[in-house]
Amino acid sequence: MTVTFRTLAGASLLVALMGSASAQTTITVATVNNGDMIRMQRLTPEFNALHPDIKVNWVTLEENVLRQRVTTDIASKGGQYDVLTIGNYEVPIWAKQGWLMPLENLGAAYDQADLLPQVAQGLTVDGKLHAVPFYAESSMLMYRTDLLEKAGLKMPENPDWDFITDAAAKMTDKGAGIYGICLRGKAGWGENMAFLTSMNNSMGGAWFNMEWKPEFNGAEWKKTLDTYLKLMKEYGPPGSSSNGFNENLALFQTGKCGMWIDATVAASFISDPKESQVADKVGFAPAPVRKGGSNHGNWLWSWNLAIPATTSKAEAAKTFVAWATSPAYSKLVAEKEGIANVPPGTRTSLYKNPDYLKVAPFAEMTLTAIESANTQKPSDQPVPYTGGQFVAIPEFQAIGTAVGQQFSAALAGTSTADQALAAAQALTTREMTRAGYPKK
Amino acid sequence: MAREASKGHKAAVTVLAWGVALLIFFPILWTFLTSFKTEGEAINSHPSFLFFEWTLENYETVNQRSDYLAHFWNSVVISVGSTVLGLIIAVPAAWSMAFVPGKRTKDILMWMLSTKMLPAVGVLVPIYLLARDAGLLDTKTGLVIVLTMVNLPIIVWMLYTYFKEIPGEILEAARMDGATLSSEILYVLTPMAVPGIASTLLLNVILAWNESFWTLNLTAASAAPLTAFIASYSSPEGLFYAKLSAASTMAIAPIMILGWFSQKQLVRGLTFGAVK
Repeated sequence: MTVTFRTLAGASLLVALMGSASAQTTITVATVNNGDMIRMQRLTPEFNALHPDIKVNWVTLEENVLRQRVTTDIASKGGQYDVLTIGNYEVPIWAKQGWLMPLENLGAAYDQADLLPQVAQGLTVDGKLHAVPFYAESSMLMYRTDLLEKAGLKMPENPDWDFITDAAAKMTDKGAGIYGICLRGKAGWGENMAFLTSMNNSMGGAWFNMEWKPEFNGAEWKKTLDTYLKLMKEYGPPGSSSNGFNENLALFQTGKCGMWIDATVAASFISDPKESQVADKVGFAPAPVRKGGSNHGNWLWSWNLAIPATTSKAEAAKTFVAWATSPAYSKLVAEKEGIANVPPGTRTSLYKNPDYLKVAPFAEMTLTAIESANTQKPSDQPVPYTGGQFVAIPEFQAIGTAVGQQFSAALAGTSTADQALAAAQALTTREMTRAGYPKK
Repeated sequence: MAREASKGHKAAVTVLAWGVALLIFFPILWTFLTSFKTEGEAINSHPSFLFFEWTLENYETVNQRSDYLAHFWNSVVISVGSTVLGLIIAVPAAWSMAFVPGKRTKDILMWMLSTKMLPAVGVLVPIYLLARDAGLLDTKTGLVIVLTMVNLPIIVWMLYTYFKEIPGEILEAARMDGATLSSEILYVLTPMAVPGIASTLLLNVILAWNESFWTLNLTAASAAPLTAFIASYSSPEGLFYAKLSAASTMAIAPIMILGWFSQKQLVRGLTFGAVK
């Protein structure tokens, strides 16, 4: 036996031994950099303590990069990820493509009936959950109680757009750097169009009629865009056509906004005294309705964990997914990070917990907003689609962003409302015709 | 008089050069400063330049949350590996194009450059599928190969222009003295082209270090370089500017230091032949 051969034999034996010692399954979880996900990442050792045979690798990416990355991988069956963080826009579309594994038998301790029905419904395809919610949000009105009082107004139980316009006018004090209202202006299907689609729903409008013809030439969209432009141009902060969630959050936290209509998750940021200069002066109300109307146009967004059909480690992935969205996980977060940090909007039990209601003054309004969101019937008119702040068809990302650019341009002043609406109508008609709608 | 005027002229040019340099450097400086601010301070609409409460909490958070060294090592392997592999292919290619040009050499050079005009996303799916079938997804080897391909046109072009400056007679003389092709390239051409090769090498390490499209799209957990490290700190919901700045500062620091020490070589290489 030569020395080389002996060394080789020894080395391969060692490798074989090491292999058997670490019979571990490694799963890769793709997620976004939001506070709740970072907390989940931080609590991974707790998961490992329960399941020492599963190692978790994290891939955290910016939302749009994640979406592109995960879509490429799943569409080409790359099999890079074992758990995906995706929105409720993707879940039904991807499930119908056969890209997601149905999630059944998550265990008795999982308590599936405790999931908020509105949220679970958006993730159910053919009667089966295809993803489980990690946290969920709707939209609501957040306002400065001190500024409203100074303006001599009182927040009605269900504010309408006329009240919002009036309040915005009275709260604005440009000399002091206070703007009556801050809204999203940055172009994108998940940016300004999330807000404007919801607002249009509350105005009684819709994206498409039953023949899939776009409705940008109708009276509702005109009213929506005119009201929005008036609010933003007269009472909004300068440069608002590039403001998204984070920019408005920063403005509100530094006391520059009287009102802000956006995701319910913002409530915990603006009422956190460590981050917000106005933490003790914020109030919450439902998203506005049209005069005499009852549709708040609430959106419903959930970040969910799903398992791609391409994974070769389905069992381990399922174990992780069930852990991260279980009641036990909520309890763990409450113990380790404080009950205010439990992922919101997914479980009924959280909103019945008096400890949570005590530390989260926005909890009740968040629950009301989520419960009143109707993704199955978003508009007062009959429509051929589902969704709230989006239309649940694969083409919506591209069309929504293109329309968003037209409306952002109108806000920036490079086109008029009528021009933007005409352009939106033309481009949507073109894209929908090309995509073959109405589908037989 | 003339001397004084030229002195004034010189001062003006110096001031202008400093002004332009500061303007270009400012975003990096701002990132660096922001990395020491709290998140609240980072979004302040009246930002303070130096007089804020300096904190290291962002660096702490970033180090707790992600494994910097693993990402750093991936970046080093990918950028150096792809550059070295590129040079091994490009030196002989540029040699033949510069010293024994054929009828179609110019066309080939133009064709190579034209591949840079194609948007990368246009070939994402084919390359992704090839990498998947070859088992190269999320591997450093896969990225080295792809980045070599991506940067090869630039490496060949740069080397070609440097080699063109070297008189062919010298190589001819070496050949007369009995040098073989390999010793001609290794002992005669290379020493003369060192500044050119060095600046090509440096520039390509920088390009590969900063490449974010392929490095983000072809990696997941194990081969992710510093570009993925930065990308993990942007957030759609929540404040992140200070932490993102800390991550960016840590990601660009190595390349900044490398650039600082090699700036002489870089500038000489980039302006090589410019006076002729």
